[in-house]
Parts: sequence; structure tokens; C-alpha cells
Amino acid sequence: MPACVRDGPRSLFDKLWQGHVIAEREDGASLVWVDRHYVQEGSFHGFAKVRQRGERVLRPDLTVAIADHYVPTRAGDGGIDAELLRMMRQLQANAQEFGIVHYGMGHPRQGIVHVVGPELGMTLPGLLVVEGDSHTSTHGALGAWAFGVGASEVAHVLMTQTLWQKRPRRMRISVDGPLGPGVTAKDVALTVIARVGADGAMGHVIEYAGSAVRGLSMEGRMTLCNMSIECGARCGMVAPDATTVEYVRGRPCAPQGEDFERAAAQWLALAGDADAEFEREVFIDAADIVPSVTWGTTPEDALPITATVPDPARERDGTKAAHIRDALDYMGLSAGMRLSDIPIDYVFIGSCTNARIEDLRAAAAVLASRRSRVPGLVSPGSDRVRRQAEQEGLDRIFVQAGLQWGASGCSMCAAMNGDILRAGMRCASTTNRNFKGRQGLGARTHLMSPAMAAAAAVAGRLADVRELQKGRS
Amino acid sequence: MQAFTQLGSIACALPEINIDTDQLLPARFMKQPRSAEAGYERFLFHDLRRLPDGSPDPAFPLNDARNAGARIIVARRNFGSGSSREAAVYALVDAGIRCVIAPSHGDIFSANAVNNGLLPARVSEQDAEALLALCQPGGVCLEVDLSACRIAAAGRDFAFTVDPVWRRRLLNGWDDIDMTRQFAGRIAAWTEADAAARPWAQLRSVSETPPSGAR
Repeated sequence: MPACVRDGPRSLFDKLWQGHVIAEREDGASLVWVDRHYVQEGSFHGFAKVRQRGERVLRPDLTVAIADHYVPTRAGDGGIDAELLRMMRQLQANAQEFGIVHYGMGHPRQGIVHVVGPELGMTLPGLLVVEGDSHTSTHGALGAWAFGVGASEVAHVLMTQTLWQKRPRRMRISVDGPLGPGVTAKDVALTVIARVGADGAMGHVIEYAGSAVRGLSMEGRMTLCNMSIECGARCGMVAPDATTVEYVRGRPCAPQGEDFERAAAQWLALAGDADAEFEREVFIDAADIVPSVTWGTTPEDALPITATVPDPARERDGTKAAHIRDALDYMGLSAGMRLSDIPIDYVFIGSCTNARIEDLRAAAAVLASRRSRVPGLVSPGSDRVRRQAEQEGLDRIFVQAGLQWGASGCSMCAAMNGDILRAGMRCASTTNRNFKGRQGLGARTHLMSPAMAAAAAVAGRLADVRELQKGRS
Repeated sequence: MQAFTQLGSIACALPEINIDTDQLLPARFMKQPRSAEAGYERFLFHDLRRLPDGSPDPAFPLNDARNAGARIIVARRNFGSGSSREAAVYALVDAGIRCVIAPSHGDIFSANAVNNGLLPARVSEQDAEALLALCQPGGVCLEVDLSACRIAAAGRDFAFTVDPVWRRRLLNGWDDIDMTRQFAGRIAAWTEADAAARPWAQLRSVSETPPSGAR
């Protein structure tokens, strides 16, 4: 990097990058230090590579193993499926062998990694965080540099606590103005993805900025950063501010007392300089964001709930038209029908995108004293969130509405734990991916916010939550 | 890692955008161990290449006998988007695929590909369309030359790009870990300085014992 760039105004990402580069190679690759490495059941390929080379885990003290992808989240008739048990025990055995702390099923700290890391204060502003999971971008909400890696990179981090990285380009997405009624961080995320495109931010790190982003709670920022990968960015981040500092304060694994105050001063200094440069800028007027849903098979297929299903005949781009035809065929929809006329069979409220306490409160506020017309599952993002929700009585609201109150895990978002939908079933889902077969072979997923999923449950079809919020606070 | 210099093979056209890693390898197969005897090729495009009754879909290009033995795939933009599962690359590599040509590839997919000796070759939208048209009849051979970053096909010649860092690694078949080991001294010095500069970055109190009853 030329010296003039180093001395000029720096963005949040520039500061994080410079704070982690150990060495630079002449070909442009840089060796960076990893502060936190989360592993889950799917990390077994990475551990196998370490074992194959006869190596050890360099920094087990910076590595945390949490079971989430294969944890059962619905009480079944029989015992736990043998394959799920095998996956969870394999993680436990790997953690034990290499001296890594492990939070397995039933542990009070268990939950989805991207919920647990921030809520325990393991993820902190300014850290470089990785996991073999693409939604690791979630942790960027705290002003961390967080991204998903593959199994070879998992093995590299286990053995060296470092990674080779190319410097990504910088993209700033500014959302300004007040968010309208019923509009949540999820609607902001879906609007951003529809605007930028499923690969629009490829090769970039996104910094979310603007008054609407600053106004989001830390949990809302996590929802927004979580879905960065759905527009192609390996990581998304928000500069640390007072909201960030107050969120981290007092968390069990965060620094305490004087140490915290000193750390907080360093975190706040990470915010980008006023005239920092970005290779790309996107501006979105918050007033243009409406409660949104997806209609197709990629998260960029998002539209306001007030819209109609797109018509491939009206699409001039032949490739796009082919995609619309294919997506409508898979989703069982007709061009031109109103999105709010699409009936649903199931509702799922959960996942690393939308299963934190504020998400559950938002869904419960819509469902209170109402019945769901369809069956559904609510899976809290962590055991800690489960306990909090039960203290607040949210579980009773869900159960009285006719939904199942489950345990914490990736559940029906990754659909690896046995919680899957049958072919042809249509689900209003607070998750992050509507890919073909994502929630089960032939299953149809519509992505939306927790409040919108609750509204869909009450209506038995995709619905505008604003209609149901009338007369309620 | 196996080095990549030149590759001549049948190229299979998959004329779709956003082929995500859930399609390359559906999640339910991720529990499976992978070994030399039992590779992941049997899971590649498992659901896309089958009809609802489980039989092979004759319309799926990789099921076309003319494309048997293809080691190259040509697709539209955003190939390998979505989940970070390296198992999606294992499925491709175990099936013999060494190169995916597309206007863009998912960032994590590309990194995983290079770590397994698979070349993510980026071409312009226009050239992708031309290559798709060339390959769509089936059984068409392409010559991919990584040192020149060119693709030769039926007397025509196309340029592709790949990150220079990745190109060098693929050409040499380098393993990242071996390279990182050469920086051991720099890493040790860096971590010592960092511990003083960011004492809060250490992970506090994670080793506490769980309350009784927890598994």
C-alpha cells in the first residue's frame, strides 16, 4: 500500500485492516491476525486437515466451539436422531482433543454462534472474527471485521491463527431518514439486496452508514450485517458508536471496569474519518423502504409487500426473464398476482438473522391475542434468548397463537437438524436464504421480518404488517 | 495442492445465474465423511440433476452423455454464491471439475476453489454468452491456459481474469500453511506487540465450568 494512503483519511475498514496485517507479500496478499475463531459441527473438515498434518491448534484460547447447525429444535416423539448426535459429539470430541471451550446442546451458553458471540461479549468491536459460515458477517454490526471462510481456511486459522487475505474494495451503503411504520432492519436488508443485486457487492466490504443505520439498535444492525453475503459481500460493518459501547458494556466475556473504558475509547476511534474514500457508494432514502418479502429463489428477488409478482414477459433482459420464469415455476406463482394474495402453509421465526429478543418481541406484539392460521415454529437464537423470552411471557403468546416454541439453533433456516418442510410447502420465514430446496427438497421460502412473518401467520397469506398494527402500539 | 497450468477438456454449459452452493451440494449431505474411496461427486447437483421420482433428468446438461468426462463448467454470473460450504467445491473436484468459467463467482466459493486446485476463471458477460453458445450442443472441448489467461475454443480465443495471488498459487500448487510457516518470526513479534496495544482483545473467562446438568 502506498504511504500516501496510509497517511490520508481512513475508513473504518482501513483501520481494521491496518490493525491486523502482520506481513505483506509482493504479490498483494497480506497475512492477517484472527482474534476470534468460532467453530461448529460443520467444521469437522477443518479439524480433519489439522489431524492429517499432525498439527495442533495454535490458540485454543481464542477458539470457541458452539453447536448450532445440527441441534434439534423441536421436541420429537422419540429420541434424538443418531446422525445429529454423531455430528454434535464429533464437535465435542474435536473441542476436547484440541483444548477448545465447547457449548453443546443443553448448555446455557448454547445457541446460534452469530447470536451467542455478541451476546456474551466474545465478539467485540475492532476484532477480526471468522467462522466456517457465511453469515459470520453478522458480527460486523459491532464494528468488527467478520467474515465466513471455507474448511481449508478454518484449518489454516486453527493451525496458525492467521489468514492470507487480499485487500477488498470498500463500498458504503448509506440509508438516511426515518424508517416508516412497520419497517425493520430486515426490510432495509432486503431493499439493499434488491437494489445492489445478489452479486453486486462482490469483492467489497460494506460499511453501512446514514441516520437510519445509526438509529438501529445493535440487534437491528446485526440483522443488516448478517445479510451482506446475500449481495455478494463477504463482510458488512457499522462503525462503533455509543449504541455499540452500551451494548457491549457488562457482557460476561467483555472487558470490565477500567479495562472496558480504555477499550471503549479505542473502539470509538475506529469510526471512519469524515473524508474517507470508498470505491463505491450507494444511497438509499429510508422513506422508500416498505415492509418487504421475497417472491423468488434468490434474496435479490425482494419487493414491497404492496407489489405484484413480476412478469417475465415484461423483462427485457433475456437472462433475467429466464430466471423469473424458472423461479415462478419453482415457487408455484403466477405473474401479476398480488404478493398479499399468496397463501402460506407454515411460518418459521428464527435463525441468525432474526431470532434475537427484539425479533421475538416484534413477532409477539403482532401475534398477541391472535391465532395463527397455519402451523409454525419459533426457535429462539440462543438459550439465553429463550430464557429471556420466557421471563417476558413471549413463549405463551406464541403457543396461544398456535405456534410451536422450540429450542435454539439454526433449525429450519439451514434445515440440517431434521426440521424441514415437505415438498411444495410454502413458508413465511425470517431467515436469510430462499434458495431452491433450502428449507427442504421442493420447499418454498418467502423471506421477511419477524413482524411480517407474524402478520402472515395471522392472515394465512403474505400480509402487510401495517394493517395489523393499526390500533396497536 | 495439485498445480494448475493447462487444461483441455469437454466443457459443460450450465446457462443459469446464481447457481448457489446449496444447489452444488444440498445441506443434507454435509454430514457425510469424505474419503478417497467415498468422494462427494455423488452429491454434485444432487437435486437439480434428478426428476422428482429420483431418476436422472435427461435435460440436465451434466447428465448428457456428450458431456461425460467434462472437467470444465461454463455458467452465468454469481456461480457458487451463498453458503461457505467448501463441500460444494469437494463435490466439483471429486467429480473431476477443475475449472468454472463465469462472469462472476461467489467470493468464498472462489477462495475455497483455489484451496482445492479449482480455477475460477472470470470472463466478460459477452464472452460467457459466446462460450455458452459454443458449448451448449454438448461434447465441445475447451483449452484453458492459466499462464496466458486464455481460453481457446473452436478456433476462437477468449481472455479470462483471475486474481494474481490466486493465479500464482494455482500455477505453483502452493499450500498456504507451508508459506505461512515461513512467517513464524513475524507472527510472534506481531502478537507480542499486539498484546500490549490491545489487551482487551484476549478472550476473557470462557473456560468457566458449565452449571451442573448442562451437557
